[in-house]
Amino acid sequence: MCGIAGIIHKGKSTNVGGEMQKMLQSLKHRGPDSTGYALYGDGESNNYILRFKVGENVKEGSSAIMEDASIYEARKDEVNKKIEEAGAKIHKQAQITPYSFRYVISYKGGDLLDLAKLIESVEMTEILSLGKSLELIKDIGDATVVADNYGLNKFNGTHGIGHTRMATESGVDIRSAHPYWAYPFSDVSVVHNGQLTNYWNNRRTLEKKGMRFMSSCDSELIAVYLADKIRSGVELKDAMRGSLEDLDGVFTYLVATKDKLGMAKDHMAAKPMVLYESKDLVALASEEVAIRTVLPKEIDTYDPYEGEVKVWQA
Amino acid sequence: MASLKKHKSQEMGLHDEVLTGRTQQVFFNPEESENFFYHDAYDVDFNKRTEIDANNLDCREINDKIKNMMSKGYGTIVIKNPGSKHSVGVGILNKLNLIVDGSLGYFGIGSVDGPTVRISGRVGWSCAENMMAGKVVVEKNAGSCFGAAIRGGDLICKGSVGARSGIDMKGGTIIVGGDAGAFTGFMMQRGRIVILGDVGPNLGDSLYDGTIFVGGDIKSLGADAVEAEMTDLDVAWLKRKLKVSEIDKKVDFKKMTKIVSGKKLWNYDNLEPTERKGAI
Repeated sequence: MCGIAGIIHKGKSTNVGGEMQKMLQSLKHRGPDSTGYALYGDGESNNYILRFKVGENVKEGSSAIMEDASIYEARKDEVNKKIEEAGAKIHKQAQITPYSFRYVISYKGGDLLDLAKLIESVEMTEILSLGKSLELIKDIGDATVVADNYGLNKFNGTHGIGHTRMATESGVDIRSAHPYWAYPFSDVSVVHNGQLTNYWNNRRTLEKKGMRFMSSCDSELIAVYLADKIRSGVELKDAMRGSLEDLDGVFTYLVATKDKLGMAKDHMAAKPMVLYESKDLVALASEEVAIRTVLPKEIDTYDPYEGEVKVWQA
Repeated sequence: MASLKKHKSQEMGLHDEVLTGRTQQVFFNPEESENFFYHDAYDVDFNKRTEIDANNLDCREINDKIKNMMSKGYGTIVIKNPGSKHSVGVGILNKLNLIVDGSLGYFGIGSVDGPTVRISGRVGWSCAENMMAGKVVVEKNAGSCFGAAIRGGDLICKGSVGARSGIDMKGGTIIVGGDAGAFTGFMMQRGRIVILGDVGPNLGDSLYDGTIFVGGDIKSLGADAVEAEMTDLDVAWLKRKLKVSEIDKKVDFKKMTKIVSGKKLWNYDNLEPTERKGAI
């Protein structure tokens, strides 16, 4: 089933981490397996924020392979070497869980792809996000557990999207959790509710173009598809419109960039989305109960129609 | 073209559409006496009024409270602070004046038989699914699958509705003051849908029977749906129903588009006993 939610404040930075936690927790019944956040904060001047993991959460219920936690430290050291090798400089580093890290780095190189490839050459290492304002956090557990473990309740920013996952077509692990970063474009993330039925056709086509997939989750395809279009110079809204024609299945997805939040709904309109918009903010979710957690009053909401694409500016 | 033999139900305006090449309809006898009994149906007094604050209650607790109040004879129940919660007001099998002061989530007012419900806010997916009889009025918008599989009663949304309204509908009337999404009337088997605004693609796809009236533009018709001629009976029926629906909108009924099934389908057409009750 899965639940998705997003919120964007127009011209204002606020406690978006706390808001997303409340919205996603109210959608736990739609997806109890994992929760993910893509939060857009105030950034670290011109530096990049790198979120990555060097292993999986192997707590009960996870489908990941058990590893000795001592190997994480060695992998992290290896990542540090790769960052230096790429010509980037680490300014801050924090270990959030035994297997996940948050770095602030500066990188003067031209293409983030070169840096990303080097980092991900370290065994079991996956970049969750690499951007100037995006911080992508996902793990096994409900929204409160993940927010507490990663300290997200005090996260300030303009907008965010999130996902509660019911694993149906791939494992219960972090790599199959949403959101997905539109590798290798900084600050682009996607969450999705639905199924894509032409996943393999599209994946093969995109892999031939050199795009990278880290999981076998169909939702990742949307992020990679949009990344490929953006790489070709297509505007976000046009890329989203194109996805409605090129991706087959039933789906509603949210996409966020450094200063925008967008939604797209397939032609069958088979997956839910409730939308509230005021002059100050836009809130969207699979169910209105999620919006009510941040706007606890009577509000006018509506369901976007089939084939609709909308984009809002922060 | 198949012609319908005159029957009392037609004189009552229950079946007036021109059926083209479809299966034989077997109409019930409105004089027939039937005794229906529900275990959880209560005798209530509309003048006895009470309120339920749903703020800190889950849907099961809210529904239990409604049942408890009905068992005490309360015939007018106001639900305060519904907070878009799911599955509120389901399974009410008797006359009741239920007022929802706010919005409901998914599956609100499902499987009911008899109550009159007013919702001042919005409803989520599948409002009044499987309704047998009664009247439900939604003041604002509704999500998808509005009135899925209803068998009787009047379901009214003054705003716009999502996709697949009236899916699998087997009787009753759905009236929408605004627009409707894709696949409206999908696999509809009987009853009527009235959309005063525009309708999305594939209207009446796989339509077995029933009639859809549209006031605005239709993006496209689905398989099996065809346009039919508006009759004076249609106009008279629409005028009457719009009055009942309390939608304050000027409508030129003669300019509405009427959609029916153009395909002959077999062996689905016998009215069920419960539908007879709803129609009576």
